[in-house]
Amino acid sequence: MSEQHHIISYGKLISVWLGLLFLTALTVWVSRLDIGVGHVWGSLAIASVKAGLVITFFMHMRYEGRLLRWLLFFALAVLAIFIGFTFFDVLYR
Amino acid sequence: MGSADQPETVASSFWNDTGRSGITSWIFSTDHKRIGLLYFYTVLSFFLIAVSLGVLLRIELMAPGRTIMGPQTYNAMFTVHGVVMIFLFIIPGFPGAFGNLIMPIQIGAQDVSFPRLNLFSWWLYIFGAAIIITSLFTGGGPPDTGWTFYVPFSERTTTNVSLAVFGVFVVGFSSILTGVNFVTTIHRLRAQGMTWGRLPLFVWSIYATAWVQILATPILGITLALIIAERLLGTGLFDPARGGDPLMYQHLFWIYSHPAVYIMILPAMGVISDVIPVFSRKPIFGYKMIAFSSLAIAAAGSLVWGHHMFTSGMSDTAILVFSFLTFVVAIPSAIKVFNWVSTLYRGSISLEAPMLFALSFLLLFSIGGLTGLILGAAATDIHVHDTQFVVGHFHYVIFGGAGFAFFSAMHYWLPKFYGRRYAEKPAVVAWALMFIGFNITYFSMMVLGMKGMPRRYYDYLPEFTALNLTSTIGSWILVSGLILMLVNLFRGLLKGEPVGDNPWGGATLEWSIPSPPPTENFVEEPVVTHGPYDFSGSGIP
Amino acid sequence: MSQPQHKDYAGAKLGMWLFLFTELFLFGGLFLLYATYLARYPQDFARAGKGMHIVFGTINTVILITSSLTAAMAVTAIQRNDRRRVLYLLGGTILCAAIFLFNKYLEWSSEIGRGIYPNSPRLAAGPPGESVFFSLYYLTVGLHGLHVLVGATLLSVVAWRVKKGIIHAGDYVLLENGSLYWHLVDIIWIFIFPLYYLLL
Repeated sequence: MSEQHHIISYGKLISVWLGLLFLTALTVWVSRLDIGVGHVWGSLAIASVKAGLVITFFMHMRYEGRLLRWLLFFALAVLAIFIGFTFFDVLYR
Repeated sequence: MGSADQPETVASSFWNDTGRSGITSWIFSTDHKRIGLLYFYTVLSFFLIAVSLGVLLRIELMAPGRTIMGPQTYNAMFTVHGVVMIFLFIIPGFPGAFGNLIMPIQIGAQDVSFPRLNLFSWWLYIFGAAIIITSLFTGGGPPDTGWTFYVPFSERTTTNVSLAVFGVFVVGFSSILTGVNFVTTIHRLRAQGMTWGRLPLFVWSIYATAWVQILATPILGITLALIIAERLLGTGLFDPARGGDPLMYQHLFWIYSHPAVYIMILPAMGVISDVIPVFSRKPIFGYKMIAFSSLAIAAAGSLVWGHHMFTSGMSDTAILVFSFLTFVVAIPSAIKVFNWVSTLYRGSISLEAPMLFALSFLLLFSIGGLTGLILGAAATDIHVHDTQFVVGHFHYVIFGGAGFAFFSAMHYWLPKFYGRRYAEKPAVVAWALMFIGFNITYFSMMVLGMKGMPRRYYDYLPEFTALNLTSTIGSWILVSGLILMLVNLFRGLLKGEPVGDNPWGGATLEWSIPSPPPTENFVEEPVVTHGPYDFSGSGIP
Repeated sequence: MSQPQHKDYAGAKLGMWLFLFTELFLFGGLFLLYATYLARYPQDFARAGKGMHIVFGTINTVILITSSLTAAMAVTAIQRNDRRRVLYLLGGTILCAAIFLFNKYLEWSSEIGRGIYPNSPRLAAGPPGESVFFSLYYLTVGLHGLHVLVGATLLSVVAWRVKKGIIHAGDYVLLENGSLYWHLVDIIWIFIFPLYYLLL
């Protein structure tokens, strides 16, 4: 499982970096638009894409085995549940 | 700290073949067995301290009015009793002591994945414990908030809450690192042939526990950090006057502290799953379902924190959801109980000390679990919330469940590491005393709660006197059994009859190596060819 | 430690990821509070967000993203056995961390100068949601700053070991884990940035 390590080229890393810069600019631009509550969801969506890029390439998740991916998915799901279930209280009080 | 208890053993074992001697060969050892014993003796010491506090609390409640202490002392004492029992005994107890001692051997490994991190965890635990103890004697005196540190009181009390909370934070970090270490170990270091389907159920339960430690403990960390921030910086996040919401504290606290109950009880269930088949001379019934239900309990148990807050002013929708989910947790717990009972069915049961403790676990845990449903149903909870009923209930689960399983594990596994065993008859007498004393103590509390006596009060109305006195007398029986048990156990471990490699006829890997085990556990790397409860090959009928 | 240490590369990485999960949940508690208080005080939060230094926030975002790039490139460089470049790249990351913290210092000084800090008289007089917003802001960003400090220290140790030849192309799991930790610090900031600075 461990013995072949994938080497990611500098070029690929730099294009990911450019993508991240672009998304940063995009999220600042979106925040100037007048779309009300859409801000929160829009900027969270962009942030998620950015985090996804960092995880996939900078953190090599794309080249990891299935175990780590499942564990990451599982951890994120649990965090989402912790936050989500609290809203059963906060939203309906 | 476990240093003085070295028995004279003939063969070379982890007691004497490290090349170093003295206290440093223990407190700087990275051998999982030595670290396990370090944990064992430290958690046991804290257990005894907290037991003494508990006895004092019971004496205070023997008669109405002031008996031996005033209200402030009483408040401090139940707080320290809770904090020490929960954070210094039972949470680190199972993973730290028996997880370390047994789990690597059971999967056929030489050690855990990160031995130095393991040692560091123990040191963090000691460091955190030292901070907690310091907090009792410095500043404004011992914290008086209860182990739950509820706001707003924990923000305003002048007692030394900040330091105590910081100590718990450090202990929590230790718990996290143990969890990380164990999940990695179980994934990476299983011996050849030790498939997931052949893992002993104790390992499965430690695995589920480790996940709870990893995912829930950080939430406790941040919650405790927030209390300190509230006290020192005045951030006002839980202060309604400044826009905060005290209920959010309760949410965060119980997001950790409910799953923490499963850190306490899951490994206990693992012990029981290992002990019952061995002493019934029969393979475990429903291996897969028991393993699965450990994970299911860990998962579902993480979704029910709201049931501690039914009377707090939480929304009705949340009460409904959390109440429903609480009942869902009963399903995997019941699966386990049914499987244990089915294992007993038609087994040739041998009633030795580990089995007696395991069987009492079955009964006491079932009582604890079923009374939990009374609390989990919102309507009945309102009647008994914050009464002695709750105290009785969780002592049935944590003491009658996890505690008795801990004693079972002590009688079952410690002879392995000392190469000697205790005398059987005193152990059975001690068990009987504890079982009787336990039920008298805590059943009385449940009745008191039903009658309306609140918890955490140092005084009560005269009509509660008879039951309180009964409960106190029960606690004396319980403690005399406990003392007898410990004296007999440790006398036996030091001076008792030598045991062979496999005194109980177990089929898991720890019984295939010498007692006490050599430092590297296995002389040659084991290859596992049969399941953990396949007794046909174990030689002993 | 007497037993022969066989290097379990995948095990070390699994352990690191598990540890990162715990860091994620540590911040998760603060994000949980943010979410619930945002739901309660949307107007106050928006008004408070307008008072933030968006320029500082954006610059720091770019700095952290760049520091993450150099950390990721350092892993590639060590795999290609280019030690000198590893050191330059890690140096770049640590430099970015220092600049980030310096900016943070300027930003906080300016905010504290305007009377915005937990329990300040100005916030106490204002709407409750704003006080909550800024308390959370200071706690979250403060905790994150602490992680930047820890991460930079960690990477300095790693760089020292690369220099000493303890970490090399045949055994670089420490560098990879150090860089994983740094990326997590970056990811946390990626969420802090829109939640606190861009909520107009």
